Amino acid sequence: MVEPQLHRVTLPNGLRVVLAPDSAAGRASSGQAPVVGVSVHYDVGFRSEPEGRTGFAHLFEHLMFQGSESLEKLAHFRHVQGSGGTFNGSTHQDYTDYYQVLPSAALERALFLEADRMRAPKITEENLRNQVDVVKEEIRLNVLNRPYGGFPWILLPPVLYSTFANAHNGYGDFTDLEQATVDDCAAFFDTFYAPGNAVLTIVGDIDVEQTIDLVNKHFGDVPARDVPPRPSFAEPFPAGELRGKHADPHAPLPAVALGHRLPDPVSELDAYLANVVLAAILSDGDASRLQQRLVYQDTLVVDVHAGCGLMGAPLDARDPDTFTVTAIHTPEVELDRVVGAIDEELEKLATDGPSADELSRVTARWAASLYREHDRVVTRTLDLGSAELLHGRAELISDLPKLIGKVSAEGVASAAKALRPDARAVLEIEPAGDENATGGAA
Amino acid sequence: MTRATHRSAEEIGRTELGPRSLPPLGEPRIGRAPAAVDTVLDNGLRVIAVRHGVVPMVELRLRIPFAGAEQKHPARAELLAEALLTGTERRNRVQVDTDLAAVGGDLHATVDPERLSITGDALATGLDTLLDVLADALTGAVYRDTEVEGERARLVERIAVARSQPRVIAREELQRHRYGDHPFVREVPQAEDVAEVSVEEVRTLHREAVLPRGSVLAMVGDIDPDQAVAAVERNLAGWQSEDTARELPSLPAVRGGDVRLVHRPGAVQSQLRFSAQALPRTDPQYPALQIANLVFGGYFSSRLVENIREDKGYTYGAHSSFEFTRGNGTVLVDADTASEVTAAALLETRYELARLALVPPTESEVESARQYAIGSLLTSTASQSGMASTLVALAAAGLGQDWLLAHPERLRAITVEQVGEAARRFTPTAFTGVVVGDADKLADQLRLLGGVVLP
Repeated sequence: MVEPQLHRVTLPNGLRVVLAPDSAAGRASSGQAPVVGVSVHYDVGFRSEPEGRTGFAHLFEHLMFQGSESLEKLAHFRHVQGSGGTFNGSTHQDYTDYYQVLPSAALERALFLEADRMRAPKITEENLRNQVDVVKEEIRLNVLNRPYGGFPWILLPPVLYSTFANAHNGYGDFTDLEQATVDDCAAFFDTFYAPGNAVLTIVGDIDVEQTIDLVNKHFGDVPARDVPPRPSFAEPFPAGELRGKHADPHAPLPAVALGHRLPDPVSELDAYLANVVLAAILSDGDASRLQQRLVYQDTLVVDVHAGCGLMGAPLDARDPDTFTVTAIHTPEVELDRVVGAIDEELEKLATDGPSADELSRVTARWAASLYREHDRVVTRTLDLGSAELLHGRAELISDLPKLIGKVSAEGVASAAKALRPDARAVLEIEPAGDENATGGAA
Repeated sequence: MTRATHRSAEEIGRTELGPRSLPPLGEPRIGRAPAAVDTVLDNGLRVIAVRHGVVPMVELRLRIPFAGAEQKHPARAELLAEALLTGTERRNRVQVDTDLAAVGGDLHATVDPERLSITGDALATGLDTLLDVLADALTGAVYRDTEVEGERARLVERIAVARSQPRVIAREELQRHRYGDHPFVREVPQAEDVAEVSVEEVRTLHREAVLPRGSVLAMVGDIDPDQAVAAVERNLAGWQSEDTARELPSLPAVRGGDVRLVHRPGAVQSQLRFSAQALPRTDPQYPALQIANLVFGGYFSSRLVENIREDKGYTYGAHSSFEFTRGNGTVLVDADTASEVTAAALLETRYELARLALVPPTESEVESARQYAIGSLLTSTASQSGMASTLVALAAAGLGQDWLLAHPERLRAITVEQVGEAARRFTPTAFTGVVVGDADKLADQLRLLGGVVLP
């Protein structure tokens, strides 16, 4: 496989552009489709929203689809889909992304749409109220009406972290969402949605020179604005074990989440990746340590998962970032037995390290899963964009299989040793209201 | 709020130059059809192999028709799927995982009332290993007592977790409401049935029902199709039977009727689930119906989404989609809404259904839906995994890559009149369904609306 050749341009207004043409363009037998992916990553996520405005970054993401100077409400959707494309956006701790995947004949249209809302989005009271309602339905769907809703990404941070930025609910409280004003939106846009605070990524069936011309044509006159200095969200590691409980009215079984602090993903990448490998050794596949011990041998839990990152994927945030272990267990099994068994497995890995077989198993699976993920245009586009934004180098996504392969047994042992019981959070999910848990579908 | 001085929202939404016009689409680029083989082996297994994409991977999908009429079949089938890859004479569970991991591979089995599905992927250089592990499980799974008993205990717990999900509850209620006690409704087995399944019953079911004849295996990726088929022949030569895998009995047609309210105490949101009879993919009217469905609620730029989400804010998402079984197709409409607006959302959904039948889609609605249907087919099959899943779904209807390649042309040929005619299938009276939510909050509103059977 030929790695995509990356091209970069920075426009005078500060917009960073990454282009990744298909390595296979023109290869007759490959079945490569004439498709492009276009994304814009803005360097602001829910860690940047001010106190009293929880959920604002995500609410604002919704408003970016609600019309602009050239396009009335609903036009964005119609133009993308009416060109044969798909779209979405998502809000993370440190960034907000918008993407479109379309037949390559619609490339210019996609650039026009992204530029128009970067230049002059139309933010109205009516659309704001409408999207507050939509976001509340989204939260009911994904959190309030669902068993294990928000577990662990909303529920674990307030136990592990002490600052508002790191600890608060990124989906937002209903009262905060309802109090958001059009002027809040204007301030947020002017502060964070400057072209110099964004990365535009274009991937797939493109001609590099022509595409750069189109980028200049559409984004060139988006006026430059000051980019705010990015604040540090750093806070000290916990000085002892932190405990929290959450009563879940819909959950049929108890669950637990452990949260540990990770090395800085940007400045301590190697140490971070050792944790990525550690997580795979712990829970990826039937032969992994926690599956073997907790699920099959001791039969303590129904499900267990270890991973880097609160949003379900590693390298998705800057420092501070979180190593999580989650498990659903039966009421007969005490929480401390589950946590104790996890600690023992971490202790073994800290002392003896993983075997060569375990390391090679993880390396091969990682390489394969990255190839597979990046075979999808949407994932390739979004990962290149977030790597460029967070790490300053989109190449990271192509380098990962090699970097993962270089993680040593000692590196994994050190990572396991650093996940100390006296510097972590333990969140307990207590099932409550059993009448719902069993279905209630009388 | 974040800086002392900023422009007002009005100033932000305006530039000196003013609004600009949308650029036209460029010339569509046609992808070239990749090399493919579609054949039936001596053992009756249909094998589809397609060269696709540039990543050095291969995707595998095996579909075994797996229906059963007995009450306990779903419990046995579910346990079989959980335990299928836990060991053979040659490999225990850890060895299965270790051998797959060595080629960057994965295999998973899932089951539903129609089929047993085995999904896998690996580095393309590991195709032989992937097929070897697969063949080993298909022909030699031993279902060790301890493994099956462990899976059985976990399955009972997992069923409890599944049935706490509102979408699972709503799906079960819809299935019962539209199909009564047809085997198709039994998607999640009963925990008490699972608890009673013996290891021997699982072994027997494997012998009798995990069969090559009538099944289909699709492989898509960085492969030579002829060599891939040869690899299947070599690895699966021992998978033999004269019997044919069991197809689901035909489904009765969905008839329109009242919606049933299902009580879920304490729910803060309701699940609306409706269904009507549609058409199989092979019907000449299907492409027109496909476009009509998109116009109704099949994509974001649809009447239903624009009404109940973007205008009224009743829901995060509303969808209208097809569900295909052999020789049959139905349409499903779903939305989840806060209790307070549930009845209003039902009213608007009925309004949009009636409007689709009475006020036919306009030319621009048809054009937009047509482009989306063509474009999303291209983007969804651009990846190896997307192509593999699409091909195995088509194979269930007896269709192949030729149908897929010809479908954009079929969609281009549809007229606005044909869409209008197909749209008449979307009348409120053609639909039935369920609303799952807190009846204490919903009953009064729904009584006012009518056409709802209250608990």
